[in-house]
This record gives sequence, C-alpha cells and structure tokens, in this order.
Amino acid sequence: MTTARDERARRAADAVARQSYGKLVAYLAARTRDVAAAEDALSEAFAAALAEWPLKGCPSNPEAWLLTVARRRMIDGARHLRVREDAADDVRLIAQSLDEADDVAIPDQRLALMFACAHPAIDAAIRAPLMLQTVLGLDAKAIASAFLTSPDAMGKRLVRAKQKIREAGIPFRIPEREELPGRLDAVLDAIYAAFAEGWTDPAGTDAARRDLAEESLFLARLAVELMPAEPEVLGLLALVLYAESRRRARRDAAGEFVPLDAQDPKLWDAAMIEEAETLLRHASTFGRIGRHQLEAALQSAHVARRRSGRADWIAVVELYDGLLALTRSPVVAINRALAIAEVQGAHAALAALPDASEDERLGRYQPYWAARADLLARTGAHADACEAYELAIGLERDEAIRRFLQRRRALLDA
Amino acid sequence: MQYLLLLYANEGGWDQMTKAQQEQGMAAYMAYTQALRKEGALVGSNRLQPVSAATTVRVADGKSQVLDGPYAESKEQLGGYYLIEAPDLDAALAWAARCPGASHGIVEVRPVWPTPTA
Repeated sequence: MTTARDERARRAADAVARQSYGKLVAYLAARTRDVAAAEDALSEAFAAALAEWPLKGCPSNPEAWLLTVARRRMIDGARHLRVREDAADDVRLIAQSLDEADDVAIPDQRLALMFACAHPAIDAAIRAPLMLQTVLGLDAKAIASAFLTSPDAMGKRLVRAKQKIREAGIPFRIPEREELPGRLDAVLDAIYAAFAEGWTDPAGTDAARRDLAEESLFLARLAVELMPAEPEVLGLLALVLYAESRRRARRDAAGEFVPLDAQDPKLWDAAMIEEAETLLRHASTFGRIGRHQLEAALQSAHVARRRSGRADWIAVVELYDGLLALTRSPVVAINRALAIAEVQGAHAALAALPDASEDERLGRYQPYWAARADLLARTGAHADACEAYELAIGLERDEAIRRFLQRRRALLDA
Repeated sequence: MQYLLLLYANEGGWDQMTKAQQEQGMAAYMAYTQALRKEGALVGSNRLQPVSAATTVRVADGKSQVLDGPYAESKEQLGGYYLIEAPDLDAALAWAARCPGASHGIVEVRPVWPTPTA
C-alpha cells in the first residue's frame, strides 16, 4: 500500500522534474542569477516532495508546490548565509518574486536561461553541459560520462560557469533583435553539441550517450516551442530529427559501421523524417536561410533515396555550395567534394578537395583522409589511396569505424 | 552592479601618433566619458601615467621591498580605467565596446565585489 503510494509520488515527481525542472530553475534564478542556489533549493524541494506526497497525496499543482518549498528554502538559505554580503539583496529579490507569483502560472523563463548558458562570456565548451544541467536537471556524473570526462572535472567546470553567471552579472534575458542572430547561433550550437556528443556512440551501447541524444532532442523541441518563428531553430530540430532517424541503420546486425550510402532506408524512422520534412518546409516560408536549414536540407536530399532509390546529388552539391559560402568550413568542403564525385566523377572531386598542406588541422582530421582515400581509389591510384587509408585508420578512435576503414583498404589489395 | 573597465594598450602607440591624431584621441575619450556621465553610469575614471613611472612594493618578513617598474612586463600595459554602474554584464560589455580603448587595445571588464551593506 505504502509502496504503491511511494511509487505514485515518485512518478509524479519524475514527471514534474522532466517538464518543469528548467522552468523552476529559470524562475528561481532569474533575479539573483544564482543558478547553484536555485538548484540546491529545488533539489531539497524534490526531496521534500518524495517524503510528503506518499503520505498526503500529490498536490493538485505539483509545480507550484515545488516552487513554494524551493523559494522558502532559498530565503532561509540566504538569511543564514551572512558570509555573502549581497545576501540581503537576494532575500529582498526573492521575497519580491514571492509576492508577485503567488498562485498565478509560473512564467516560462527557460529561454532566458538558455541564453544565459550560451552567453559569449561563458566558455564555449561548457555551454552544452551547462544547458543540460540547468534546463533538464541532468547531474554532473551523467553529463561527464557522455562528454568523456571525469565527474569531478565536469562538476568543477559547471560550478565555475554558474559562478561566472552570478559574479559577472550575466543577465537572464532574451537578446534584442539586432544582437539576436549571433546569440541565437550560440544557443543552437550548444544544443547541437549536446546532440553530436550523443551521436558519437553510433552503436547506442553507451546508455549515457544514447540518453544524451534524447535529451538534446528535447532541448531542440523546447527551443522550437519557445521560438516558433525562428527558421534556424526549426532547421536545427529538423537536422537533429534527420540524423536521429537513421540511428538504427548506422550499425548492422554484427555491430559493424554502415556508411550512409550503404544504409537500408527501410531501417530509417519514417515518422521522424516526415516531421523533419514538415519542419523544414515551414522554416523555408520565413525566407531567411541559415546554416542549420541548409544542413537539414542536405539531409533531406540524402533521404530522398527512400522514394527514388537515389540521393538527389545535384541538390546535395548545390546545398554544399551554399553552406561553404556561408561557413568557409573545411569540413563542409570535404563533404562537398564527395558529393561532386557522384555528379562529375572522382577526378573533379579530388580537384575540389581542400589541400591538407594549406590547413594543418585537416592533416589530423580522419574524415579528410578517408575521403581522399576513397576518391583516389576510384581514380585507380591504389598506392596513394592505401597511404591515405593508413593515415585515416591511425587517426580514428572508434573501433567499428576503424574496422570499416581497414575493410575498405583491404579491398584495394584484392 | 559596478564594473571596472581596465584599458590595456601598447603605450608606445601614443607617441607614434601625430599631434592631430592625439587630439582626436583625447576628444574621443572626452566624448565617451561625457556619454557615461550623461547616463549616470560613471562612477570614476582616470588615465594612468606610463609604466616607466611605476614602482612596485611588496612587504616580506616585515621589510618592504621597493622595485622600479610595473608588476608584469607585457606587450600591452594598463593605461587607465573606468569604474561604471551597469545593471548587468551585457550593459557593461556594451559600454566597454563603445570605449575608444577597445578599438586600439583591449578592455577587460571586471565586476566589483558589492560593498557590505550591513
């Protein structure tokens, strides 16, 4: 009996945590900018909920219940914490928010929180982990395992970032029109970085990383919900959906890596692709193209193979032209060259491939050498291709991808 | 909140400027200071003499050691500061970007610890 009630309380708390965690943190920290104090108060409120709800039943408005408890904790905490000189200010600010927000809907300030997390004054590498923690409530341990760092190091970096927000006075604010594009890019980059981190475990064997893909999908959906009229936000969600739709197809039954062109389209998630296509069409109606929409459009041209049996390579090349003009990214240049191979042949593609001697980062970039090897092999320059494969194999950390490259290289000897 | 804008620049640059350029530079700083004052953001500001005029002091074992020169030799030197009042970092960064020093050097923005009220 008690266990059933415990279980109900836990489920209710979990459901509120998922939907409301970021909303509550954003609301509690918006004025004081003290994210850590808001998180502490909230975790105490959740603990209180798990103790109280099984006995008294779930409150009719669990979100408001948690907020009230957390705010009391914050006020108590600020009163007791006399070492911090501005504590008195914090008490005043929280008390003010108490008066204003009683029993009315809690305003959703998660977007302002996202902009604070991706503020230019915050180290770019910690923006994605910070967002995952403050908006979704992921703990440092889970984030650390997904980002391949120690929980200790990740915890310290998160603490430092939150300190920076409070001490430097980084505002919880949605930027004005004129500064929005750059600031929005930083938010979208952080969401994409969280997704890409989960994506690097193609086998989906690492639970922390698989969850990260889901969490970042949630973040991307949230961003769309909060900014429905920003085409780049729609583009990002579409991009994430296209990539996620192919997760099952990226490995065969034996766990071996399957490149995009060899994947079975029947294994792609049709519902996700449909949603992505709808989003992308809607984004295009705003008439403001950007990097994420272009990248999503590329994915769309690739998945055209579902119906026609062949990717729309001419569209792919055109889209890469646009993307290259926009980003000047050598990574884009490599992918563009591979697409040119499909339309104009391997010789034209090799000519379009950037030169590693002009950019030393390329020399250490596995996909560059893999692309070069593939194109050289197609022109019949087997010895050069072998050499490029060796370099690519030496640079790859993922075992399954390394085996894939080794198989490709072995084909040249045959 | 109060923020200190620390203006770093290569001191040698000033001497290499023509008289007209120097006058233009002074006018730009005066206009900037005036803008800060007009918006009630200015708390204090000063231009520093070059590091050749600097002396460092350190007390060790009760004895003070006095040395000629600045604390750290660097390509850019601290040449002045503005202490401003701004609601948040974004406002402080906007003021820093408007500072003439940001165009010929670097402006470091540092929040000031709040003064104890009790």
